[in-house]
Amino acid sequence: MTDTTEHVSATGAPAPAEPVTPVAGPRRRDVLHFALRNRKVVGGTVVILAFLVLGLVAPFFTDHGPNEYVGPPSSPPSADFWFGTTTFGQDVFLQFANGIRSTFVVGLLGGGLAGLIGMTIGFVAGYRGGLVDELLNMLTNIVLVLPALAVLIILHAYVGITSVPMQALFIGLFSWPWVARAVRAQTFSLRSREFVDLARLSGMRPLAVIRREIAPNMSSYLFMTFILLFGGAVLMAATLDFIGLGPTDVVSLGLMMNSAVHWSALHLGLWWWFVPPGAAITAIVGALYVMNVGLDEVFNPKLREM
Amino acid sequence: MLRLDGVWKTYRLGAFGTRELTAVRDVSMEVRAGEVVSLIGESGSGKTTIGRMVLGLASPTRGSITFDDVPVGGLRGRALRGYHRQVQGVFQDPFSTFNPVFKADRVFALVRDGFFPSVPAIKWRRRVEAALEGVRLEPADVLDKYPHQLSGGQLQRMLIARALLLDIRLLVADEIISMLDASTRIDVLNLLGDLKTKGLGVLFVTHDLALGTYISDRTVILRAGEVVESGPTDEVFARPQHEYTRNLLAAVPHLHTRWNEPVK
Repeated sequence: MTDTTEHVSATGAPAPAEPVTPVAGPRRRDVLHFALRNRKVVGGTVVILAFLVLGLVAPFFTDHGPNEYVGPPSSPPSADFWFGTTTFGQDVFLQFANGIRSTFVVGLLGGGLAGLIGMTIGFVAGYRGGLVDELLNMLTNIVLVLPALAVLIILHAYVGITSVPMQALFIGLFSWPWVARAVRAQTFSLRSREFVDLARLSGMRPLAVIRREIAPNMSSYLFMTFILLFGGAVLMAATLDFIGLGPTDVVSLGLMMNSAVHWSALHLGLWWWFVPPGAAITAIVGALYVMNVGLDEVFNPKLREM
Repeated sequence: MLRLDGVWKTYRLGAFGTRELTAVRDVSMEVRAGEVVSLIGESGSGKTTIGRMVLGLASPTRGSITFDDVPVGGLRGRALRGYHRQVQGVFQDPFSTFNPVFKADRVFALVRDGFFPSVPAIKWRRRVEAALEGVRLEPADVLDKYPHQLSGGQLQRMLIARALLLDIRLLVADEIISMLDASTRIDVLNLLGDLKTKGLGVLFVTHDLALGTYISDRTVILRAGEVVESGPTDEVFARPQHEYTRNLLAAVPHLHTRWNEPVK
């Protein structure tokens, strides 16, 4: 016999008067309730929002662009230039703050697109099985073995990557296969569980079964997938920028680090040029990861009671 | 009411369905209103597959399943929903029949969403409570809890209560008591007996002969997807015709006999 009353009373007594309410309501309220109480979720969210706000408001407080030559070359952090200047006298803080924005755009757009494609294919293949699965799996494997970098070089030669969203789009189109495979495998094992049969006996259609029965069981996993895709897209963008396949007239954290390496900041001791962007990428991806660990506890009612 | 005629089920396996596995071969049987038919067989004998086909969760490869002379296999959309109003199932494992991330009473809410969206919340709640009392559960004990906070017996009875919310005429009970302990087992069986006197037909899928005899009127013995023997329960058990049935009956341990030599 386990004590089941403790958890109910400890969470501020959910109203006992209305247990049978429409399906989505109580759970959504529950998730929000537990999310706001979870330190990992709140902490991670604060870090992400802080970076996001910095990236969004930065352009409103300066009268010159991030790539303009505004100060003495190679000067260390000071009151005028918070993060110092580059070899050419560009303001590192300004580049940093503006770079965050394009990093978020690449991460959200690229990761979001890859997540969307991967999850759609994974869910459909895993739930339908049979011939549909064979075909979608074949498509997944083909894209999986394509050398993404080589394809992107060719694409760049023919199409040209001129903007950050376009770069994100191309990254998203080539980074979904592992998501599809992982989601498909999980869906396979979940669809044979009897609650799926019960939902079908309650008159649920396949799409609703996927959305309302299968996906909620993997919600923290799906979020984790998105975090990895986000981080992957950011790093991929940095790589592409470095080999000259990115948009050249914008700033991004990846481009900053790569130009720092390019102009020997490492050997010249200009640490303020490459440490901030590296730390920011690490902090953003790390905060997302901490959030994910917290969300696992929020989504899984069994973990809440510990 | 329910009739199976020469039903076959073949699964396609391997890349592009190159291999085949026949789970059910040429099964014909019938369930009438107010009758409990037990479908007995060992693991892998195809009994669960038959249950799933009756529920419309899988379609037969050959042969036909009809309910009131309407083929079940062709039902889609609204017609299938109407069928599920009359035919419901309760499955073997109560823990996997509840979605672990939602509260257990969601199974009732899903029935309301699917079949009675226009019933007001208050009225629906009263119906749920009545159904729970029908399976001898205290509503306050089981509502607003997560599945892992409830026992297997409570969950299994909630599933029966869920089926009772609909106007069912046939219940497919797939090993519903194999996960329960001995005392709740009898409770659930007696409940099925009650429902049977009210005219409910039950397809009672089990591997347990003793349970099969307790409430069933007719018995169908299944082996490797084929019907080995079928007929009124008394007859099958008193005068088994097939050797497999005789072996099965000999393998049942008796309450007052101790093991001294292996049963043959």
